[in-house]
Parts: sequence; C-alpha cells; structure tokens
Amino acid sequence: MNELNNNRFDHCHECIISIEDVSFYYENKTPVIQNLNFKIFERDFVGLIGSNGAGKSTLLKMLVGLIKPVSGNIRLFDQPISEFRDWDRIGYVPQKNAMNPFFPATVKEIVLSGLYGKKKMFKRLTKRELEKCDDSLQALGIEKLAHRRIGNLSGGQQQRAFLARALINNPDLLILDEPMVGIDAETQESFFHMIQHMHKQHNITFLMVSHDVDMMYSYLGHEAIHTSGKLKFYVKHSHDLEDCVETDLTHSLKGFIKGEALKI
Amino acid sequence: MDLDIFLFPFFQKTLFVGFLIGIVAPLIGVFIVLRRLSMIGDALSHVSIAGVALGFIIEVYPLALGIVFALIASFAIEKLRKAYPSYAELSIAIIMSGGIAFASVLFTSGKGFNINVQDYLFGSIVALNTADIWIVFAVTLIVITFVVISYKELFLVTLDEDAASVSGLSTRLYNILITTLTALVISVVIKIVGALLVSALITIPVACSLVVGKSFRHTMWMAIIFSEIAMMGGLIIAGIWNFAPGGTVVLLSIALLMLSFLFSRKKSL
Ligand SMILES: Nc1ncnc2c1ncn2[C@@H]1O[C@H](COP(=O)(O)OP(=O)(O)OP(=O)(O)O)[C@@H](O)[C@H]1O
Ligand SMILES: [Mg+2]
Ligand SMILES: [Zn+2]
Ligand SMILES: [Zn+2]
Repeated sequence: MNELNNNRFDHCHECIISIEDVSFYYENKTPVIQNLNFKIFERDFVGLIGSNGAGKSTLLKMLVGLIKPVSGNIRLFDQPISEFRDWDRIGYVPQKNAMNPFFPATVKEIVLSGLYGKKKMFKRLTKRELEKCDDSLQALGIEKLAHRRIGNLSGGQQQRAFLARALINNPDLLILDEPMVGIDAETQESFFHMIQHMHKQHNITFLMVSHDVDMMYSYLGHEAIHTSGKLKFYVKHSHDLEDCVETDLTHSLKGFIKGEALKI
Repeated sequence: MDLDIFLFPFFQKTLFVGFLIGIVAPLIGVFIVLRRLSMIGDALSHVSIAGVALGFIIEVYPLALGIVFALIASFAIEKLRKAYPSYAELSIAIIMSGGIAFASVLFTSGKGFNINVQDYLFGSIVALNTADIWIVFAVTLIVITFVVISYKELFLVTLDEDAASVSGLSTRLYNILITTLTALVISVVIKIVGALLVSALITIPVACSLVVGKSFRHTMWMAIIFSEIAMMGGLIIAGIWNFAPGGTVVLLSIALLMLSFLFSRKKSL
C-alpha cells in the first residue's frame, strides 16, 4: 500500500508534498507521528482522518514549517522545506483560530493580511491586490461583513474570513485543518461543493482534515490509501480537469457561489 | 492656579516633549497590548530606573544608561520567554523586581542621596534638558518610521504569529524589534511620567481605543488621539495646579477609558 501510494504518479505529476520517514514527538516524548511516508501529487485531494489526538494538526503544522520533524525529511514543491520560499503558493487554515477575540481588525484587514509576508515587505499593496481581496470576500459570501470587526462575528463567519484569507493568493495547495467546524449544515454543503469545484476544475491540490466522515467518504471513497498509526489518508485524484472558463480562482468562484446561493 | 506657567520656556519644552510621547507611547502600545505583553512595559521601566540611578552615581548621562539598561532587560526577557515559555510571566516579574531592587539600593547609597528620587518615580515637568528633548525627538522618528514602513508585517505578526511565520516572516525578529523600541520609548517617557506610571501611558490609551476602534487602523489613530488628550490635558492641569504630571496624565486617561466604556455601552444598547 505504502509503495503503491508513493509511486502513483512519479511519471506525470509534480510531487507537491513529500513526507519521507518523518517522526515527531513533543517534549514529553510520547511519539505522535512515527516513520510516516506519504506523497501528495498535483491534483490530489487528500482527506486526513483520525481520532482526537491522532496527530493530524501536528502533521499539518510540520508541513507548513511551524514545527520541525524530529527525524525524516519534508519536501514541498520538490524543494527541501528548509529551502522552500514560495509560501504564497500554499493556503493554510489552522484548526480553530486561536485569535484574541478582542483583536480590533476588520474582516477585510484580516483577508488582506493573507497577502502580507516576506515577499511583500516594504511594498505597497497594488490595486489588483485590493480587488483580489474583494473577490475572495465575495467567493465566500462575506462581502457585506468586510468592515465588521472579526470579534463581533459568529464562529462560522470568522471561519469564512480565514478561508477567504487562505484563498487570496490563488494558492496551488490548500491545507485545511477542520475548516468546517462551526459552520451550519447548509453552508457546509455549498462550501464542500466549492472545494470540489476548485479541485476538479482549477488544478488545486488539497490536504484537508475533517471529522465529517460521511462527507469525506462521499467524495474520496471508503478506502484509505495509506494508514500510519491512527492517521488515515483518503485520496481522490482528478487527472483530467473539467473545463472552467475562468482562470482566476476567486473570479470563477464568485459565479459558482452565486448559483449555489451561499448564504450568511 | 498659575496661568503664567505657559510663558515659561521649560513648560513649553515639556508640552512639546509630551506631544511627541503622546504619539509614540500608544503607537508602540497597540502592539504591546495586543500581544499581551503589557507587563513588559512595567518590567522595562523598573530596570531603566536602575540605569538612571547608576548614571547619576557614576556621572554618566542618566537617560543613556537608562536606555542601555532597558535594552538589556528587553533582551533578557525575550531570551527567558523563549527558553521557559511556561514561566514567561514569572521571569518578567523577577526582572521587574530585580530592577527596582537595584534602583532602591543605588538611590539610598552614598551619592544616590543627591538624586531627586521622587522625580524619577512620579515624573516631573521641570526636569528636561536639551539633550533629553533631542533624544525624545529621535526616538519618536525611529518609532514612527518603523511602524509606517513595517505596518503590514507588524499587523500580521500581532494578529497571528503562526500565519506570519508561514508567510516567511521571522516572528522572533519582530518580537525583538518591538521590545527594543518599547525599551527606548519607556526610557524616554520616564522623565515626564515617572517609572511607576510609564506602562499606564503605553497601555491605557490603547485600552480606550480597543473599545471604540472600528478597524485596526482606526484603533491606532484613536489610541493616539486618546493619548494626546490625556497627555496635553494632564500636563496643563499638572502645570497650573502643580500636581505630579505622571499621576495627572494617567488619572485623566483612566477617566477617558471610563467614558469610552460608557459611550460604547450607549451605542450598543
Ligand atoms: N503543543 C503541544 N505540546 C505537547 N503535546 C501536544 C501539543 N500539541 C499537541 N500535543 C499532543 O500531541 C498529540 C497530537 O495532537 P494533535 O493536535 O496533532 O491531534 P489531532 O489529531 O489534531 O486531534 P484533534 O482531532 O483533536 O484536532 C495529542 O496527544 C496532543 O495531546
Ligand atoms: Mg487537530
Ligand atoms: Zn493525474
Ligand atoms: Zn471554476
């Protein structure tokens, strides 16, 4: 199974994430992740399922460089993670944002902050980038909340703001840690449709943690492609993209979401 | 009541310096408060005062030595916070009491008796000399430039450290920059408001603005406005009635804080 996964598309797709013999433990030394090998290729949708404390969030934090593996290597877009610089290619939404609820920022300020980073240091935002912010807000149906303070919004609305922030760079890879927690059932459904659309029609690779097994099974099938400890990986690969006229992610989503009537 | 005070050049100097401090204290304060580092202001000021005392005794420009002490303390705090994350508050408390302990020994030893301790604990509006004014001016320029140039990065680091490091920013570097600038600001503010009340000047106007701020940018502007009202009002009142300036400014800003709570209550009802 292991071998199978790791050699799946070596011939035709870029390897987006390569986890090579990675182990990790926190200070108390109880192993959280042990000798994990897994590859995620372009156009994969990887669902990561596992019980509480299985190490899902830990793995995701390692993949975005917040913590370092104790042993083993991680490669992103075919570069060792220590040399990787194109962080704007990755959109990351951490599990329940541990943000200070009194932080005085507006939704718009938070979404724009997705553009900030090393590459934008000392540079002003362009008009194009400001437009992209509006597009991201519209994509998630929260344009009316743009000027509200984040702390005054419901949990689901806040979660959308963080998703909009992850989308603003038009990332090639989205890493989502339980993105639908606190979002009502109806919105979850259209959100999942939106994600599927991004996957099937926009060449976006996904790594998503979710406890919503039914929704994951329905898209990814019941067969885990790889198991390691309590972590289970489910994969759907869309080799041939269906046509979508728009190339810009947020633009096309706007039209899509309108049809899906994503309500606030 | 003594309105002639406005005619004295020393008081005009004090108002000018107060105006500059009124800008930088909340400007750096926004980041200190939102990163939950309010205690750092207190710790740095208590250490800085030891430097000032030492400066008097060994006859080195006291403000400069105060700045050096505050900078060393800010690095020590950063190191301790990193090394023992779960004891961050404890280490800050220890540095703070260490500073004031050292200062008290210096103040009461030999030459130390000549220092007007009260001025340094509670502030004074007559204590400024030309060098002080230039230093405050320089610190103001540095802080404003830093915040204007790094606004985006400061925002992200303050909002979400994880997101900041994922996008390639060194949160460590910004932590150090913020505490260093805080040390600078605090050392220069001590002269006017006194070591005991410095951190109030950095935090209370920010607390006011957090209540009324509509966005991050708006919050920053409001913090400066609140701070200037308290600073100018407080210095003038203190000058006219001969009160301790630090206490007057801080009391006024607490009054503003209550008003802003009342105001926001009314709005939300
Ligand atoms: N900062 C930390 N320090 C020490 N141990 C930690 C830390 N974070 C997580 N752990 C431990 O590591 C293990 C894995 O945690 P992790 O957050 O990765 O689980 P998870 O699979 O995301 O669970 P959940 O479904 O609850 O989100 C748990 O046993 C947890 O207690
Ligand atoms: Mg988790
Ligand atoms: Zn393929
Ligand atoms: Zn599309």
